[in-house]
Amino acid sequence: MNNVKDLLILMISSSLVSNVVLSQFLGLCPFLGVSKKVKTASSMGVAVIFVITLASAVAGVIYKFLLVPLKIEYLQTIVFILVIAALVQFVEMFLKKNSPGLYQALGVYLPLITTNCAVLGVALTNVQKEYGILKGIVNGFATALGFTIAIIILAGIREKTAYNDVPESFKGMPMVLLTAGLMAIAFCGFSGLL
Amino acid sequence: MSTKKKADSPIERLGNGLFKENPTFVLMLGMCPTLAVTTSALNGLGMGLATTAVLMMSNLIISLLRKVIPNRVRIPAFIVIIATFVTVVQFLMEAYLPDVNAALGIYIPLIVVNCIILGRAEAYAYSNPPIASFFDGLGMGLGFSLALTCIGAVRELLGAGKIFDTVVMPSSFVPINIFVLAPGAFFVLAALTALQNYIRIRMKKAGKKTHEGMGCNEDCMNCADQSCSKRFYDDKTEKKAEPKAKDAKKEEPKTKEVKKEEPKAKEVKKEEPKAKDEKKEAPKAKDEKKEEPKAKDEKKEAPKAKEVKPEEPKAEEVKQEEPKAEEVKQEEPKAEEVKPEEPKVEEVKTEEVKAEAKKEDSRPEEIKKQELTFEEIKKEALSDEVKEETQPVQEKTIRQIKEEALRKRLQEKERKGEKKDE
Repeated sequence: MNNVKDLLILMISSSLVSNVVLSQFLGLCPFLGVSKKVKTASSMGVAVIFVITLASAVAGVIYKFLLVPLKIEYLQTIVFILVIAALVQFVEMFLKKNSPGLYQALGVYLPLITTNCAVLGVALTNVQKEYGILKGIVNGFATALGFTIAIIILAGIREKTAYNDVPESFKGMPMVLLTAGLMAIAFCGFSGLL
Repeated sequence: MSTKKKADSPIERLGNGLFKENPTFVLMLGMCPTLAVTTSALNGLGMGLATTAVLMMSNLIISLLRKVIPNRVRIPAFIVIIATFVTVVQFLMEAYLPDVNAALGIYIPLIVVNCIILGRAEAYAYSNPPIASFFDGLGMGLGFSLALTCIGAVRELLGAGKIFDTVVMPSSFVPINIFVLAPGAFFVLAALTALQNYIRIRMKKAGKKTHEGMGCNEDCMNCADQSCSKRFYDDKTEKKAEPKAKDAKKEEPKTKEVKKEEPKAKEVKKEEPKAKDEKKEAPKAKDEKKEEPKAKDEKKEAPKAKEVKPEEPKAEEVKQEEPKAEEVKQEEPKAEEVKPEEPKVEEVKTEEVKAEAKKEDSRPEEIKKQELTFEEIKKEALSDEVKEETQPVQEKTIRQIKEEALRKRLQEKERKGEKKDE
């Protein structure tokens, strides 16, 4: 029971309190880039949840059963990035062949996530904080969930404000960044949660 | 582009990296670490120097190996080389700069995915001699360090009243804490990009050539350059969706032929004029539905209408021809993606000149319209489930709308392409 409670707390803390984009600045590029429409943003979010959960599971297994026994933990960065890139490629091919529907929904976003720093960031955090495999997966899922929440909210705001009359220099990215900043302030409020 | 010149001189490369193509201020690359580690000037400097070290070494090695690395596997090869140096730097910092390392934490290993490094490897080192590449890396790295230090100093100054841990502000100054917290990073960067935009606009007015995101090597994922024309995944999605939609078109004629062969399909055709109206004004589709009940009666007599059924999106009930039905199902979502664009394209057509001038301004209404039509078509699709007999007509009209939209979009794209070429 205690274990479940721990996992719940972990979920809340990694999805809301230390939100991956708004307080850790990981995965900022898709956050700013794919947040023009709610529809694309939510597809991206789902794809990110999918990839990060899977990647944190695979990275956890590899770390525990390959790197630690062989005492080559120092290779973690290299191994993780290659594993993640290969994994994404593999998942893409697998989906293309076996689940065209899902591929249709996620396909375009999968390769874009390969170089997303959030994926590698989660894998490394799991190692750094010495989470086990299960905890690592939960952390990965919660982090990705936080990313999805943030990107969908931002896309919603951007859809509403995209055509507001703002000073010319602030058009485009500066406005998005200001919005993100205000969102970050709002998310600071969650820090009282735990 | 500078990459096409013969062996650039080291000093030219340094200046290029520091000022002309400053990765942060001009190219807007590597934004994640820029925001994350600039809580103080010292952290910014540490991160900048770590990145510089990796950038120099990876550029040098990649340039040396540029004739050995096959073109097709170059990206994985780059990543391995970069990751190696990142690991080396990480351990060096752990040993000699434990404080800075602790402050930077996870962002040091994350230098691997910093797009500046991969970007320079791809855009410069892979096609230039070692010495120039080395200095390119040094210049870029120093430019990055300079930018990070500046941003860090501003945030530290406003957020804590210090620079490099030395109190510089008078004691009456109340630190604006938020600037050292996460939101401050966004605000500082927003101000920075706004300044950049301002300068760009001024330069354009003065008739000077402005810098358009170079070195991005189409890695839009890792690129925060708003003005980059290659940007926006939405476009990519659409591009990918288009060819598939074309396939859907190709399959169209067959189904039409089937209908022609049917003697009783005439009844179906009777409704076509209305369908054309629908094409032009999708929102009015509702009115048509009222007329449909009549059509129902007609079609109950038409047993051959079943042959057309496999086209229905939800034709699972027709077990005999399920595979076909599945094909149609797969096409459906793609076509839907494209559909919402329809009204936009039409408006652009009618008001080409205006739209060109005020493209951005005319959009908000379009978005609403898009949503409306999209929802309506969805509703239609749902109601089709109920009125199965009338399906062929409905299906056809929906398909026609899609087809029409696609055609218009294609024309539009071509036109846009022409404009760009001009």
